[in-house]
Amino acid sequence: MKKILLALMMGLGLVAGVQAAGGGFPLDKAPVNVTDNVSLQRGARTFVNYCLSCHSAAYMRYNRLTDIGLTEQQIKDNLLITTDKVGETMKAAINPKEAANWFGAVPPDLTVIARSRAGNGGSGADYLYTFLRTFYVDDTKATGWNNLVFPSVAMPHVLWQLQGERKALFEEVESHGEKVHQFKGWEQISPGTQSAVEFDRTVGDLVNYLQWMGEPAQKTRVRVGIWVLMFISIFILIAWRLNASYWKDVK
Amino acid sequence: MAAYREFKQISPNASATAKLTNWFENRFPTAFDAYRVHMSEYYAPKNFNFWYIFGSLALLVLVIQIVTGIFLVMHYKPDAAKAFESVEYIMRDVPWGWLIRYMHSTGASAFFVVVYLHMFRGLLYGSYRKPRELVWLFGCAIFLALMAEAFMGYLLPWGQMSYWGAQVIVNLFSAIPFIGPDLSIFIRGDYVVSDATLNRFFSFHVIAVPLVLLGLVVAHLLALHDVGSNNPDGIEIKGPGKPVDEKGHPLDGVPFHPYYTVHDIFGVSIFLFVFSAIVFLAPEMGGYFLEANNFIPADSLKTPMHIAPVWYFTPFYSMLRAVTSEMMYALIACVVLGTGYGVFKAKVAGLVKGVILVAGIVVVALMLSIDAKFWGVVAMGGAVIILFFLPWLDCSPARSIRYRPSWHKWLYAVFVVVFFVLGYLGMLAPFPLGERVSQVGTLFYFGFFLLMPWWSRLGEPKPVPDRVKFVAH
Repeated sequence: MKKILLALMMGLGLVAGVQAAGGGFPLDKAPVNVTDNVSLQRGARTFVNYCLSCHSAAYMRYNRLTDIGLTEQQIKDNLLITTDKVGETMKAAINPKEAANWFGAVPPDLTVIARSRAGNGGSGADYLYTFLRTFYVDDTKATGWNNLVFPSVAMPHVLWQLQGERKALFEEVESHGEKVHQFKGWEQISPGTQSAVEFDRTVGDLVNYLQWMGEPAQKTRVRVGIWVLMFISIFILIAWRLNASYWKDVK
Repeated sequence: MAAYREFKQISPNASATAKLTNWFENRFPTAFDAYRVHMSEYYAPKNFNFWYIFGSLALLVLVIQIVTGIFLVMHYKPDAAKAFESVEYIMRDVPWGWLIRYMHSTGASAFFVVVYLHMFRGLLYGSYRKPRELVWLFGCAIFLALMAEAFMGYLLPWGQMSYWGAQVIVNLFSAIPFIGPDLSIFIRGDYVVSDATLNRFFSFHVIAVPLVLLGLVVAHLLALHDVGSNNPDGIEIKGPGKPVDEKGHPLDGVPFHPYYTVHDIFGVSIFLFVFSAIVFLAPEMGGYFLEANNFIPADSLKTPMHIAPVWYFTPFYSMLRAVTSEMMYALIACVVLGTGYGVFKAKVAGLVKGVILVAGIVVVALMLSIDAKFWGVVAMGGAVIILFFLPWLDCSPARSIRYRPSWHKWLYAVFVVVFFVLGYLGMLAPFPLGERVSQVGTLFYFGFFLLMPWWSRLGEPKPVPDRVKFVAH
């Protein structure tokens, strides 16, 4: 019986993630809290200023940002860059064809990016949080940038002015008879406009926003869910006693 | 022809409800008969345990899927250019669309959870044994239809996993000799999975398969109520010599309504708690119910690193992958052994022995000449088809596991573990040890069923009681 229950639990996915880490770069835990509207608003600003130049969020409407505490007027004044209608979806400033010419691929849509990157040794937010903070200068690449989480990524380090330029230090390690490069640490080449702590917060807010944007209904979902579960709990009690009162006559 | 029925008169002083009921009963007696036959006078054994809730739950999930499906179709666009977008539209812009969608996606997995448990219950208590063979056959057909329904529904969100999962599975058909390549094009309606495939899968998913499913569910229930429900003791409560009360109702049974309706309401409330907890708090279920890759729109030019079906298909997918050219030698050895047994040991007529010998030679010749991939497909399909034969494979004197030799319990436990291990391996990218384990698992799975006529007779069954065991609540 215990075995069956355990097996059942496995089947229901209570035992951790399917796609275990594939030996990639270890991911940092993203400071995600989708109930923190201040963080989400800062993240939305970073998103609009930096990401939306090349990436779209084509399923996300600007006026949905009212869910994180902004008014439509605030959205119009501060965040509408690529359109003038607040009911429009977030389209990239760049023409997708030009983007494909520049980067070799159309930059992916970011609406559900946080959901789609889950399972690479952490949540999707963890992946993005680590990815955005591990760019390094690499002259062998066309963009001049490389990344520890996504080697040879087509995207340059968009936030480099904030973080500054960094070099990644590697050492050669013998592993299974083969020489592999192992990451050792960072060397700051030029300072950014933000300190390391500030930059982590900026990226943390951005990732928090991406996490929220992946499913704007998630706060409602959890809030309603708690009530639903409380209601069903009471219903279970009633159903249990109802059942017992009928069955007490059965001998 | 229905017999003529006397119009029932009712006292003019009767209550309005009684008069209304009488009015309907005179005009639509069939409904009242059905209520009696299937509810108020359907006597079910009173010793049902926890395992007996999953049939009702399967029906509940079917209703959830149909109702949420109706609402999803109102907003979903079966168009390769719009499908992914329309799902996000449902998730964002349709009021409560996210709830409907999560109920449907969770419902798909919940359906398989309850159906697997329901089938396992049948296995434990021998619910497929005479005279319930047809109940089991209809049930297996439901399982098959459900797999088709789930497979085609999974394409509709048009994510990367939808697309490549369908691509992989439809490609399997091309492994069939001669007709395979044409058959797979016929199924897709194109050379690759495309808009044409999406449209036909949509049509099958929302109309064709649900109709078949509903018809089979009705047949499953009617056949069950004709022969009566089995129970954990695996003994009959109705029939000659069985104790009855003064009205002729079985002493070991209770009317389905109200006893099992309140029982099921209780079970349903617990199920809904778990179901809602998933829908509201963990709809992705850690990547098991909604896969991360499926949040990337389908791209016919980018094959994902690792393609795995949803968890409920993975045991069968594992068996498909287990059949390598190496594995074929083991399978050929099994066929040779089986043929040898039929020819030298079995107590059958000489003509039958000849047939067995010829069949064995032909099968081995085919196994040597056709690619292992095809036999993998045969194994995957056979793993489901073999369930249909269970009523005739099981020859144990006792129906229920309770009165079979104790080691049967261990055998069933191993079977369950093997099924889970196969399922787990089916989710992972292939690796050498996993392949070996899945091959052993595949042999065990088929051995469990094909050797059942022998092993189920072994050992001393425990004495089967005359009356069901029931402890009053």
